[in-house]
Formats: sequence, C-alpha cells, structure tokens
Amino acid sequence: MSNIAARQTSQRYAYGALIAATAIVVIPILCIIVYMIVSGAGAINWEFLTQPPSQAGKAGGILPAILGTFYLMLGTLIFALPIGVLAGIYLSEYAGDNWLTRLINLAIINLAGVPSIVFGLFGLGLFVLAFKFGMSLLAASLTLACQALAMIITTSREAILAVPGEYREGSLAIGVSKWQTIRYVVLPQAMPGIITGAILALSRAAGETAPILVVGAAFFLPRLPTSPFDQFMALPYHLYTVSAHVPGMPKVTIWGVALVLLCVVLSFNILATVIRLRSRQRGI
Amino acid sequence: MTTSYTLQNNKITHMNDIKLMAERVNLYYGTFQALRNISLGIPERAITAVIGPSGCGKSSFLRLFNRMNELIPYARVEGRVEIGGVSIYEKSVNVVELRKRVGMVFQKPNPFPMSVFDNVAFGPRRHGVSSRSQLEDIVQRSLRQAALWDEVKDKLGQSGLALSGGQQQRLCIARVLAVEPEVILMDEPCSALDPIATLKIEELMRNLSEEYTIIIVTHNMQQAARVSDMSAFLMMDRDRAGILIEYAPTREVFSRPKDRRTEDYITGRFG
Repeated sequence: MSNIAARQTSQRYAYGALIAATAIVVIPILCIIVYMIVSGAGAINWEFLTQPPSQAGKAGGILPAILGTFYLMLGTLIFALPIGVLAGIYLSEYAGDNWLTRLINLAIINLAGVPSIVFGLFGLGLFVLAFKFGMSLLAASLTLACQALAMIITTSREAILAVPGEYREGSLAIGVSKWQTIRYVVLPQAMPGIITGAILALSRAAGETAPILVVGAAFFLPRLPTSPFDQFMALPYHLYTVSAHVPGMPKVTIWGVALVLLCVVLSFNILATVIRLRSRQRGI
Repeated sequence: MTTSYTLQNNKITHMNDIKLMAERVNLYYGTFQALRNISLGIPERAITAVIGPSGCGKSSFLRLFNRMNELIPYARVEGRVEIGGVSIYEKSVNVVELRKRVGMVFQKPNPFPMSVFDNVAFGPRRHGVSSRSQLEDIVQRSLRQAALWDEVKDKLGQSGLALSGGQQQRLCIARVLAVEPEVILMDEPCSALDPIATLKIEELMRNLSEEYTIIIVTHNMQQAARVSDMSAFLMMDRDRAGILIEYAPTREVFSRPKDRRTEDYITGRFG
C-alpha cells in the first residue's frame, strides 16, 4: 500500500514540476505582451500608422518603417523562396548519399547558427561594395535572404523527405518521370511544410536589426523608398534608434513601435500555424 | 527454356507466347547477392505466381521487369531481361517508357491524396492527355476494368484515401490500367486486405489476365493455387541469395512438385 502511496506522491511532484516549468516559460511572455499593449496602445492611432515621422521620430507616424519592413520581407521572399525550395528538392531527391552531400547539409545547418551581424558584414562586403548596390533595399533584401535561405532549405528538405516513399513509387511505377513525380506528387504534399518554414524564416527576417543596420536601413528617412536602390526605414531598427538614440523620446511612442513590430511578427507566426493546422486537418 | 506453355486454368488449352524473359539473371545490392542465376519465361496473357519464403527475393525478382530495383542505391543487374524479345537493361531503353508498358501494384494500397478521378487520370495527364472528355472516358473505362466503377461513380470527386482498403487497391489497379500497360506486376496486392476484398481482387485478376500479362508475388499458397497459371518457387541459397527452385504450370507445382524443397514449402513444413 505504502508503495502505491509513495508512487502517487512522486507522480504529483513530477506533475507539479512540469506545470511549473511550463508556467515559467509562458508567464513572462504573457507579461511582456500585456505590458507592451498597456504601454504602447496609447500611441497607436491612424496618424501613427499612416504618416511619416517628424522631429527624429518624436512626432508623426511610422509608415515608412512599416512599409520598409514589408518591402524587406517581400524582397527576402523573392530571393530566398525559389532558391531555397529548389535547393531543398535537389538535396532531398537528387543529391547522392555521399560525403559532399553530407558536407553541404552540415554547412547549411551551421549557416542557420551564424550570428546575424556576420550576415550583415557579408552583405556589406558583397552586395553593397563588391556588387555596388550601395546601402539599399536590394542589398538588405539579399542579405536577409542569405540568412533565411538556411532555414528555408532545411525545412523544405525535411518537408520533402516526409512525403511517404510509396507515393513516389506509385507514380514512378506508371511511367511518370522523376521530375513529374516531384512536381505533381511530392511538392503538393510538401507544400504546407515548405510554406510554414518560409513564413517563419520571413518573420525572423522581419525582426532582424543587426544585418540591415550595415547594409541600408536609414536612421531617419521620412519618406517612402522609391526604388530598390533606395535606403529605407525598418521597424526593428527604428525601434532601436528611437529607444537608444533620440533624447526626450516619449515612452509611449517607443512602446507603440515595439507593439507594431510584435504584431507584424506574431501575425506571420499565426499564419504559419494556421496553414500547418489546416493541412493536418485535411489528413495530409 | 521452352518458348510456350500449355495453360490449364484457362478453359481453352492454348499456347501462349513468352512475354517476359529472364536469362541467367544475377541481382546485387552492393556486395549482397539478392538473386542468383534466374532463368524463366513468363507467358503472355496469363497469371504467373511467384511464391517462396520471406526474404527469398520475390519482390526483387518482380522489380526486375520494370527496373524499380534501380531506385535502391548500389543495385546492379547481370544477365538479360526481355520484354517482347527486347532487352530492357540496354542504355537505349527509356525507363519511363518501360514503366508505362509494365505497370505495378504494391503491397500496401497507395492511392495519391487526391480525388478518385485525379488518381486514375494522373498517369494519362502526365503522359499528355489534357482533354476533359478523353480523361473522363479513360477514368470510366479504367474503373470499370478494375471492377470499381459501380462503387465510386457517384463519388469521383472524393479523396481516394476515403475508400476502403480493398477499394483503394482496386483504385491503384485502375490507376495502372489507365496508362494501358501490357504487363501488370503485383507485389502481394492482397496482404493488407480482408478475405472478401481479396476474393474480389483475385476475380479481377482472372478477368484482367485475358488481356494482360500478370505476375503476382504472394505469400498465400491458396491464392497462388487459385489464380495462377504458372508458379515459380524461389528460395534462399546458403548465402541468402534467391534461387529459382521450380517453375511449372501451377497445377503441376501444387500436385506433383518435382523438387523436395517445393513440396516441403507448399505443404507447410517450413517458411
């Protein structure tokens, strides 16, 4: 009897520890979000979202930063998604199982762990200086694309490998070519996983500050970029400048910028989650 | 090897030409030899059963004829494999074309996660048929041939995965029939099905054998005895390579096996 009682006690302790660990993770996140909303909501109004800033950001809105971030994500997507998916297809379907492939896979995994400022310096050297794109939206998009590539390739590869081999066999066995099999059987199956990975990579790119700092983000540019070779404002960098470099900045504005950035990133994460859940519901 | 066989299960006893031929075939996966010195001729428009204990190379043997073994890295084939007298392991042979002529049905039903219609139309579409009415004709004909039409004609738009196991397997057969092959390879097509679904597939196979050359790998002795015209008994050699022990009309293999090992296997003494 006592043995059972003791086991029930240890069961309760283990359960309590797991709950506590979860709470330690969740509660601070909730606190941060609630605090941000409470402190920043006062700054959010139509003018804040649709007007360019003035007085170094103390007045006016943050439209150029919001749009700058969207342009950046668009640029990153255009460069990183096709290359990332094609590389993922190559690595999962075509590359032989040899030391070179293993080396490439290892390199890609490590690429994801490279600090983002290093990507920034790489972009500065290659896109800004060597390719003479200058400090620009284009250079920043390419730099962020390099960083997003690692994640997009990895998730594409995983999503493609997760498609059961029996579908490939069923298609190959009726005289459908390998590429057609990939195009019409494997990719449709892998698409939710690929898109989820791409969105998460993009939302991470949207929050990056360090790399864009050195390849084209402007400290203060109260107008919209007019070409890919223009400089631009971006939310994370704007948040950094208004919170660290502008004396006498109203606190509510700082939290307002942070809140908008958080909403942009969270909305992408939620979109990724919805896509994943919906594809699961379809039983795929 | 003679070039024709007298068939006994078919009502009319007639001589069928040889459709597929293996001559002194060795198959290796890396250093492991999976098949040794296999020679036999498969008669046209008949059912040939391949039986034998697990791991004796039955599936590997089956996949010789549509070159699916090539999907396994380091697979290597020696000897000659022919379809209609033409060697299929030549460089000049287009493997995609070959697999159009030699379709395959797998152990586990594997319909694609798309509608019944799209499953059957998949092959023809990839091979360039785009007219809707033509595709509808092909889908209906194939589903009728696969004895599935009456059960699914009102739900062609439903997912193929929503069908029962037996229906899924017949859908996979229809998918193969839609590309109008000459040969159908079946790798234990009933092993995941219940007895009633199994009987339906067997009946279907008998009907299909009037037009198609069929090879079926099976673990089920009764099934081989019931449906096949010819039976090949494979076994493992001492080094686990598959060897052909006996190949003859099914009735002979099951009533008067020439080899002691065949007799032991079909009477259930091992395997």
